[in-house]
Amino acid sequence: MIFFQSIRMALLSIIGNKIRSFLTMLGIIIGVSSVILIVSLGLSFNNQVTDQFGDLGTDLLSVNIFGYGAVTSMTPEEVNDLGHIPGVGGVSPTITGSVTAKNRNRNTDTNVEGVLPAYEYVKDFHVQRGRFLLNIDNQYRQKVALIGSETATKLFGMQDPVGRDIRLNGDTFTIVGLLKAKGDSLMGSNDNKILIPLATAERFLQTKGIQSFEVKARNPQNIPAIKEQLQQVLTAKIGDPSGFDIFDAQAMIQSAEKTTALLSASLAGIAGISLIVGGIGIMNIMIVSVNERTREIGIRKAIGAKKGNILLQFMIESIFLSTLGGSFGIGTGLGLVWIAGHFTPFQIQYAWSMVAISFAFSFIIGVLFGIIPANKAARLRPIHALRTD
Amino acid sequence: MEPLIQIEHMSHGYMMGGQRMPILQDISLTVHKGEFVAIIGPSGSGKSTLMNMIGCLDLSNSGDYRLDGHNVRKLSDNRLARIRNEKIGFIFQSFNLLPKLSAVENVELPLIYRGLSHRERKARAIQALQQVGLEERMHHRPNQLSGGQQQRVAIARALAGDPPLLLADEPTGALDTNTGREVMHMIKGLHAQGHTIILITHDLDIADQAKRVVRIQNGLLTEDRRNEA
Repeated sequence: MIFFQSIRMALLSIIGNKIRSFLTMLGIIIGVSSVILIVSLGLSFNNQVTDQFGDLGTDLLSVNIFGYGAVTSMTPEEVNDLGHIPGVGGVSPTITGSVTAKNRNRNTDTNVEGVLPAYEYVKDFHVQRGRFLLNIDNQYRQKVALIGSETATKLFGMQDPVGRDIRLNGDTFTIVGLLKAKGDSLMGSNDNKILIPLATAERFLQTKGIQSFEVKARNPQNIPAIKEQLQQVLTAKIGDPSGFDIFDAQAMIQSAEKTTALLSASLAGIAGISLIVGGIGIMNIMIVSVNERTREIGIRKAIGAKKGNILLQFMIESIFLSTLGGSFGIGTGLGLVWIAGHFTPFQIQYAWSMVAISFAFSFIIGVLFGIIPANKAARLRPIHALRTD
Repeated sequence: MEPLIQIEHMSHGYMMGGQRMPILQDISLTVHKGEFVAIIGPSGSGKSTLMNMIGCLDLSNSGDYRLDGHNVRKLSDNRLARIRNEKIGFIFQSFNLLPKLSAVENVELPLIYRGLSHRERKARAIQALQQVGLEERMHHRPNQLSGGQQQRVAIARALAGDPPLLLADEPTGALDTNTGREVMHMIKGLHAQGHTIILITHDLDIADQAKRVVRIQNGLLTEDRRNEA
């Protein structure tokens, strides 16, 4: 009962000094909203990174041979042999080049990749129409091609490209399949490319040897072990560990997560300091409020308010100020995150855990920084308080 | 029957520059239920300090004070707050209403601290406001009321808890002559209804309206006479 009265008095006093209350809460508002904004953006960025690296495949290792030193490439057979490493599900070597692709009067510049049928399994990349490349295409260096969905639209519009001919740098290739649309990844567009048999590509792109291939693990958990094995085999083959690179999406995700976690933790820490500064602001204004209301406290004590009643009243007022500030801060923070989501390409993630934590934190600040002023009020002696004007 | 107020050999003072400044010296005073006592004296005589002692707002250095059977000097702060709440209705010179609360909320205040239910508080507050003729203004704020009306709200607040003692400190001091007269009329009416009233004033005309006059001078009780009105 006295509790409800105290809440009412706290509200009256906050509403009665709107500007002062707002300025008092501003510290908390800024602190809470920046914590929420920073942590949300950190979380969103993290998710973005995880998604993008994840798109590359957490069960994949990408190997690049740089091409200096004695051994600058591997033969397709050597690459295929790596499939015997325990836990490996498949190996897909790639030869890459750029071409101008032409269908009658329409043409576009695009990437061409020479691949083996294993590519379909390793990259989990399938055709939506037609068929995938076959071993026999590779064996006989057939001039057949798979076309990416974006390239197909550029060259054929709405028409079905399967079975049609295109010219790549003047050579005629027959399109045997249309790839599924896969969207963009960190490595560029997945849909703007043309796949041809590896052996055909060796001749067509006048490239001998494989400098780039991907290894797929049967289980993502095997990746570290396979990576180690691969490291040994390749070092033995190439002679120099700096002559090649094994890209591991898992490791990238982990290190990116570590970095963003560290970054957002330190930024949130700075924002947390501003919360404490906000708390000191509340304490300051509460002390002013106690001084201003000395007479009110005297009257209340004269007509029977106990120490605890006065303490409760001022504690509630301080907690009200800080949690109200916290709530405004949460609203502002979520609003800013929403705005950020509108103006950045990020898929935005709201830090709901931080919303709960900031609310609890602002409550605790109200308690901690309210104790001193409320205690000061509770300990005023009624005759002294009544004598003050 | 035990007296309502029994003060025996009460002395009070404070230290200043290593010297003891006496404010009250060996005051003994007994007030029975139903009495109407005026305490008079010039400013600085110690009458305000005596009022603080009677009102349990302060404790004396020495001497005994029993209020309605309670030995006040032996009570803790919280027990004193309860005594003030239950035994005394204060009427101050400057009204001392809370400006943010309406008339009826001001009257309810002592009942809140007594822990009464919302319904009972409301009923008793409205009844007290009816007693002072202000039930139509119960939702007005103090600054929407005249000085006389504010003092009547304060009287209603003193009455609401139905305390055995009404303690009025210069109740007409901040009012003009006419409204002061009205307020005095009301206080006399309360006495007629059986309330025990102690009134502190420096105004002899006001004091003469009481049944008994106690004079304080330089901290000493110098006169205690009955008015035969």
